[in-house]
Amino acid sequence: MELQTIWFFLWGLLWAVFFMTSGFDFGIGTIYPFAGKTDTDRRTMLNAIGPLWDGNEVWLITAGGVTFAAFPLVYATMFSALYTPLMLILFALIFRGVAIHFRSKIDTPGWKKVWDFLIFIGSFFPALLFGVAFANIFQGIPFDDQGVYHGNTFRLLNPYGLLGGLLFVLLFIVHGANWMAIKSSGGLQARMVLISQRTWLILVPVAVIFLIASYFATDLYANYFQYPVLFFVTLVNVAALLSIRYLVNKKTYFKAWFASAVTIVLCTFFGIIGLFPALFPSSMNPDWHLTAFNASSSPLTLKIMLAVVLVFIPIVICYQIWAYHMFKNPVTQEDLDMDEAY
Amino acid sequence: MDPVFLSRLQFAAATMFHFLFVPLTLGLSILIAYMETKYARTGDETYLRMTKFWGKLFLINFALGVVTGITLEFQFGTNWSRYSAYVGDIFGSLLAIEASVAFFLESTFIGIWIFGWKKLSPKAHAGVMWLIAFAGNMSAVWILLANGFMQNPVGYVIRDGRAELDSFFALITNKHGILEIIHVIPSALLLSAFFIMGVSAWHLLKKQHLDVFEPSFRIGLVVGLVSAVLVAVTGDMHGVNVSKTQPAKLAAMESHWETQTRAPLVLFAIPDEENERNSIEIGAIPGILSFLGFHDFNAKVTGLRDIPKDERPPVLPTFIGFRTMVGLGTLFILLTVYGWFKRNKLLENPTYLKIMMFSLPLPYIAIEMGWIVSEVGRQPWIVYGLMKTAEAASPVSTTQVFTSLMGFILVYGLLGAVGFFLMAKTVKEGPEAATR
Repeated sequence: MELQTIWFFLWGLLWAVFFMTSGFDFGIGTIYPFAGKTDTDRRTMLNAIGPLWDGNEVWLITAGGVTFAAFPLVYATMFSALYTPLMLILFALIFRGVAIHFRSKIDTPGWKKVWDFLIFIGSFFPALLFGVAFANIFQGIPFDDQGVYHGNTFRLLNPYGLLGGLLFVLLFIVHGANWMAIKSSGGLQARMVLISQRTWLILVPVAVIFLIASYFATDLYANYFQYPVLFFVTLVNVAALLSIRYLVNKKTYFKAWFASAVTIVLCTFFGIIGLFPALFPSSMNPDWHLTAFNASSSPLTLKIMLAVVLVFIPIVICYQIWAYHMFKNPVTQEDLDMDEAY
Repeated sequence: MDPVFLSRLQFAAATMFHFLFVPLTLGLSILIAYMETKYARTGDETYLRMTKFWGKLFLINFALGVVTGITLEFQFGTNWSRYSAYVGDIFGSLLAIEASVAFFLESTFIGIWIFGWKKLSPKAHAGVMWLIAFAGNMSAVWILLANGFMQNPVGYVIRDGRAELDSFFALITNKHGILEIIHVIPSALLLSAFFIMGVSAWHLLKKQHLDVFEPSFRIGLVVGLVSAVLVAVTGDMHGVNVSKTQPAKLAAMESHWETQTRAPLVLFAIPDEENERNSIEIGAIPGILSFLGFHDFNAKVTGLRDIPKDERPPVLPTFIGFRTMVGLGTLFILLTVYGWFKRNKLLENPTYLKIMMFSLPLPYIAIEMGWIVSEVGRQPWIVYGLMKTAEAASPVSTTQVFTSLMGFILVYGLLGAVGFFLMAKTVKEGPEAATR
């Protein structure tokens, strides 16, 4: 396989892993003010992601960095064309980051209320906006051969874009509720199971509508019709999506969380496969599409970066799995009483 | 106002705000790792309380550093897309390496450090802090190599209308980058040492928690003394290199207009950029500038007048920045040397403690000034000699940049206030009481 093709799929994989890992953090933050009835509930939710969310967020930095390194033109055009939504995501992430760290530093209701609100904002909006942004990329973005964006930001909030946003939010809620089912007990856990099950009931039809709408709104299926074997990936995706509910019902929450993780990765890849070889298609003229072949770095940079990624990302995965393993047990009162707890 | 100017303002604000938190993260992590190792080795509870107290401050600072750091990576694409497209082949790879090699390590293990007190042995837990300290400083290494490329581009070829990587080895052995690394890391330690001494002095003056803050102050003193000397030495090496590679920056640092041998150092001056001279100039010592720049009293120093107008950096901020940085750097050496002689009689020297308490913000000022010299002094180039800042901005509208800039000012202002409030509160509360 060509270097640029390898990098195209690595690029997709890094974004997918970001959605998979930060996805449950965002999902938990989204249901946080509604499902967390008491302060203990809320603290349990924060401490359930406490040791992990910082490391999860670095997948975003890495996905962004790799876009920059391997496809500089895509990075330049994507980030400037999507200026306003990216700034909103950025501010949301800033709010969430400090809110999680600072919320429990002072024990007064007013202080906590402010940070609780920001945790919700900082989780819901990135989930929604990443969905909107990627659905718009699937459709193509109106930019010219100089990388200048034409149109206004509200154009991104078209029906298909919003559908993508909704899909992401629902996926992340199910994923987050599944993680909480692992990490909590008693009433909170029962509530999380219920949230996972009920959200799943909405998620399935939304996913189906998204798959159908993609046929009309995008060219994603062109690759699939050319190589029908690719539909196999979609089949696995559907199977993973369906198995979530089954596994939750069976009370095997870790497996259910794993299934929602796989679903998120494959949903991302549904689009990535359809896009190939474009990373950032222009809706104005197919000749202006930024692809793995016309927007990549030099072969030397691609080779060096491939070596770096192939050596270090597996190491990262190893120590992150170790961290997940260390914090796999439900959050207990004893954990919440710790000085350092959120 | 044009988007380029607004983008510059936004980048400057975001970077300078970010760098309020970076040095403390870099330096304090090392010092906390040392304290925790002491605890793990001796089992002395005092060191545990010390670790936890400084750890709390470290974490507040770390949270702000991380969230403001994401902004910087985003901004190259959002605001400087022409730059990103032109040098991404090189610059982007350094950022990506930073994330995958260093930042992952730091962020993953910070979670383990916060939540792992009961899950790891004291030695392993202290080891985690060493990893965090190592990873944080490794991050700095890659970021400074990236900045080094902007200051002194090496290891590239121009091909197909952009800069492409030619030699990765040249890129990571860039002299300018290496000099930045060996200057910035000791300055981060210096700032952290002054932070520890400043906070400790406050408690020592109140005669409370002496068992924690006397040794803390002494650790700060040793580290502060050594790093203050290192900062001066590496700063000098840096200056000599700059005078060779960036003559315009050297001239602006000294507001030096006329090319001459035996160039003087002016103690006080007010630059007048319009008329290409200094409106007031007091105390010129002959030969000193030549010596500082080239280690030779007779060396020829290029004046600003011999540099084309459109290649001159803004003189005033560079000039003031350099003076402030060097003046403060000298003060840090004096303060720590004096403290060294009084190290066993700290409590009997309340005036010294008071001075050290009020000196806490000074390294912050010195470091920010250093970056002003480095980055404003590099103008009008975004990549020295290769690409001008004016050509580097994104094709975005003034309204977009103006709105985001206002957003940053508002949000960062609030973050700064909250961060300061939480830090002050944590300092006031002090460490846990002894023997639980």
